Amino acid sequence: MRVRMPAVLALLMGVLFLGSTALPAHAGAVGHAGAPLALAADQLAIQGALVDDTDPVNPEPVEGVTLTVTDAQGKEVGTTTSDADGEYAVPVPGNGAYTITIDPDTLPEGTFLRNPADVEKSVNVLGFDATVQFQIGPDTRDVSTVWEQAIDLFANGLFFGLILALASLGLSMIFGTTGLTNFAHGELVTFGALITLTFNVTIGLPLIAAAAIAVILSGAFGYLQDAGFWRPLRRRGTGLIAMMIVAIGMSIFLRYLYQYLYGGAFQTYGDYVTQETITLGPISVFPKDLISAAVAIVVLVLVAIALAKTRIGKATRAVADNTALSAATGIDVDRVVSVVWIVGTALAGLGGVLIGLSQQVQYEMGFKLLLLIFAAVILGGIGTIWGAMLGSVLIGVFIEMSTLVIPAEMKYVGALGILILVLLFRPQGILGRAQRVG
Amino acid sequence: MDILEAALRQAVGADAIIFALAAIGLNVHFGYTGLLNFGQAGFMAMGGYGLAATVSTFGLPFWAGILVGLAATAVLALLLGAPTLRLRADYLAIVTIAAAEMIRLTVGSVTLRQWFGGRDGLQQFTGGFRDLNPFQGSTGFGPLTYRDYDAWVIVVGWGLVALSCLVVWMLMRSPWGRVLKSIREDEDAVRSLGKNVYSYKMQSLVIGGMIGCLAGFMTGLRQSATNPDDYFTEVTFFAYTVLILGGAARVLGPVVGSILFWFLINALGGFFGWATAGADPLIPSWLMTQNQASLVRFIIMGLALMLLMIYRPQGLLGDRKELALDAR
Repeated sequence: MRVRMPAVLALLMGVLFLGSTALPAHAGAVGHAGAPLALAADQLAIQGALVDDTDPVNPEPVEGVTLTVTDAQGKEVGTTTSDADGEYAVPVPGNGAYTITIDPDTLPEGTFLRNPADVEKSVNVLGFDATVQFQIGPDTRDVSTVWEQAIDLFANGLFFGLILALASLGLSMIFGTTGLTNFAHGELVTFGALITLTFNVTIGLPLIAAAAIAVILSGAFGYLQDAGFWRPLRRRGTGLIAMMIVAIGMSIFLRYLYQYLYGGAFQTYGDYVTQETITLGPISVFPKDLISAAVAIVVLVLVAIALAKTRIGKATRAVADNTALSAATGIDVDRVVSVVWIVGTALAGLGGVLIGLSQQVQYEMGFKLLLLIFAAVILGGIGTIWGAMLGSVLIGVFIEMSTLVIPAEMKYVGALGILILVLLFRPQGILGRAQRVG
Repeated sequence: MDILEAALRQAVGADAIIFALAAIGLNVHFGYTGLLNFGQAGFMAMGGYGLAATVSTFGLPFWAGILVGLAATAVLALLLGAPTLRLRADYLAIVTIAAAEMIRLTVGSVTLRQWFGGRDGLQQFTGGFRDLNPFQGSTGFGPLTYRDYDAWVIVVGWGLVALSCLVVWMLMRSPWGRVLKSIREDEDAVRSLGKNVYSYKMQSLVIGGMIGCLAGFMTGLRQSATNPDDYFTEVTFFAYTVLILGGAARVLGPVVGSILFWFLINALGGFFGWATAGADPLIPSWLMTQNQASLVRFIIMGLALMLLMIYRPQGLLGDRKELALDAR
C-alpha cells in the first residue's frame, strides 16, 4: 500500500489537473432594448412605456394616453401623452418627490387599467430619470391551482429522486458488501460532474462523449480507490469506525482538492444549458430532464437485473448477506468488492453528471447531497438494492411536494426529519430486514 | 517569524479554545464511551443560539441565556439519544449529523427570522458578559497582547477548558467512568453484569453535549455575534481531527490537539500565503495562486486525518491498547 497510494493520488491529480484551466462561466452584458425618448442630456424626467399585455407574447403599445406629473406641493409640473410606441417622458425641474397620474378616460377602447384604483403613483427622482410602470390589461400571469402545482412538484421530485437513486445505490452496495459507511461518497458524485466539465468545456468534446468519459473514469477511480486504498486497509484489519473516520478525512481532502483545481464558483456545461420546455399532459419539463430521468431508469433497471440474474450479481448479494460464508463457498470476495466499487462509483459519477446537467457544477455539490443520500438509503433499508432506489424516489418526491405546505427553504429539514423518524420507528427501513440492525 | 508569531497567537486564541471544548465533549462520547456523535456542531448551536436568542430576542439576562443554552443541549441529547442509542454505532452518527444540519437550516431560515435573525444571525447579547470583564485597556500574556474584551474571552475560555478537563478527569477515574470505558470495549459484557448500558450511554451523550454547548457559548462570545455558518457540519469534522490528533481517551488529548491543530493550520496558511505573494513568488503562480494557497492547509488536514487514523489512531498522547476502535 505504501507503494500504491502515491500512484493512485498521482493519477487522480493528473486527471483533475486537466480541469484546472476550466473557463470561467460566460458573462455577457445584456443589451438594453428600446431606448427611452431623447431629452436634453442633463434634463431629468419621469418616463415609462404603456403596454397592454393581454397577449403576453405579443404586447400592444398603448397610444394617446394623458399623463400628468405634479410636485410635492401639488403643482402641475408637466403633462404628456404616450406616443405610438406607448412611451412617454415628462421632464421635471430637479430632484424631489413627484406624483404621476394616468387619466383612465383617455385609454383607447377595450383597454383598461389592471387595478382601476391604481391611477396615481409617487416617484422619487434622485439624480437619474425615474421609470414608472402602469399595468394595463388583464392579469395573465400563470396562476396555477394547488393541483397543478402538486403535479409539477411531483414530477420534479420524481426526476430528482431517480438521479438521487443512482448515488444512493452506490452507497448502499458498498455498505452492503464492505460495511463501510462512506462519508466520501458525495465527493464521488462531484467527481463525475467535474470530469464532464473538463472534457466538455475545457477540451471541447460534445457533452454526451464527455459524460461517457466521466462515467468510465469514475469507475476507474472506484477501482483504484478500492485496490489502492480500502482493500489494504481491510487487510490490515482496520475497524469499521476507524474506516468511517478515514472516509471523512478523504471527503475533506477531495473536497478542498476540487476547490483548489476548479475554484469555488458555480459552473455549467457547454451544451444544453438553456432549453425550451415541452408540455406533456399536465406538466411542462425541459427535454434534458426527461432524458436524464430515462437514462437513470434504464441504468437502475440494468443494475437491478444484473444483481438478480448474473453470476457476479448473485455473488454480490451473497457477500452482502454473509461475507464469511460466501468466502467459504468459494466466492472471490475481493473481486466482488472490487466490482461493487467500480459499479458504485460509476453510478455516483453518472448521478453527478446528471445533477450538473439539471442544476450546476460546484466542488461542494456532492457533499450537499450526502445527507439526502443517507436519508434515502436508511428510509429504503440500508444495504438493500431495491430499498435504496425506493427510498431515493420517495425522498425526492417528498422534498419537492413538502414545499406545498412548508417554506421551500425548509424542505431539506423535512427530509432529514423523516430520516430521524424512520430510525425511531422502523430502523431497518421499508425493505430492510430487522436482523440487519444491531 | 511573523508567521510563527501569528500562528502562536491562534494556537492559544479563541479558535483553539472553542475546538478544545468541542473535542473534550467528543472525547466523552467517542473516546470514552465509543459513541459516534457527528453532530457536535448541533450541540454547539444549541449553546450559541440558546444564549443569543434568550438575551437578544427575549431580552432576558445573560445568566438566563446560559441556563437556556444548557437546558436546550440536554433536551437535544435526550431527543437524539432516545431512538438511536439502542442501535448500531453508525446510526447515531447519521442521526446526529442530520440533526445538526437541521438545526443549522432552521436557525438560518427566513421563516424564523424574528427569533433567530436568519442568515444574519443574532448580535448584542454579550452585555452581561462584558460587565464582568476585569481587564482594562490592552493586556499582555507573555509576548502576546490582547484588547481588553479579547483578553477576557481568552481567560474565561481557558478557564472553562481547565474546568472541563478536571470534570472529565474526575468522572473517568470514578466507577461511573470505568463503566463507560467498558461499554466502549464490550457492550454485551457490561450488560451481562447488570448495568443499564442505555442509561449510561445517554448520560455520556448529555455530558459531552454540555461541554460542546460551552464551545457554542464561546463561539458566540468570541465574536459578539452568532451566525448559522458557525455551525457547519465541517466544524464537527474539524473537532474530530483535533481529538484524534491529540489522542482520544486521554484527558488532555483534545487540548493538546486543538493547540497543535490551530498552530499548524495557521502556520501552513501563513507559509503558503507568503510563498505565493509578491511579484516573484517562491511557488510559481501556474501551480498555486494566492486564492489556492488558502486551501492547501485544508487539503493537508484531510490527508492528515486519513493518515493519522490509519497509522497512529491513538494520536499524540493516546494509548493504542486502550483505544480499540474496532468491533461493532
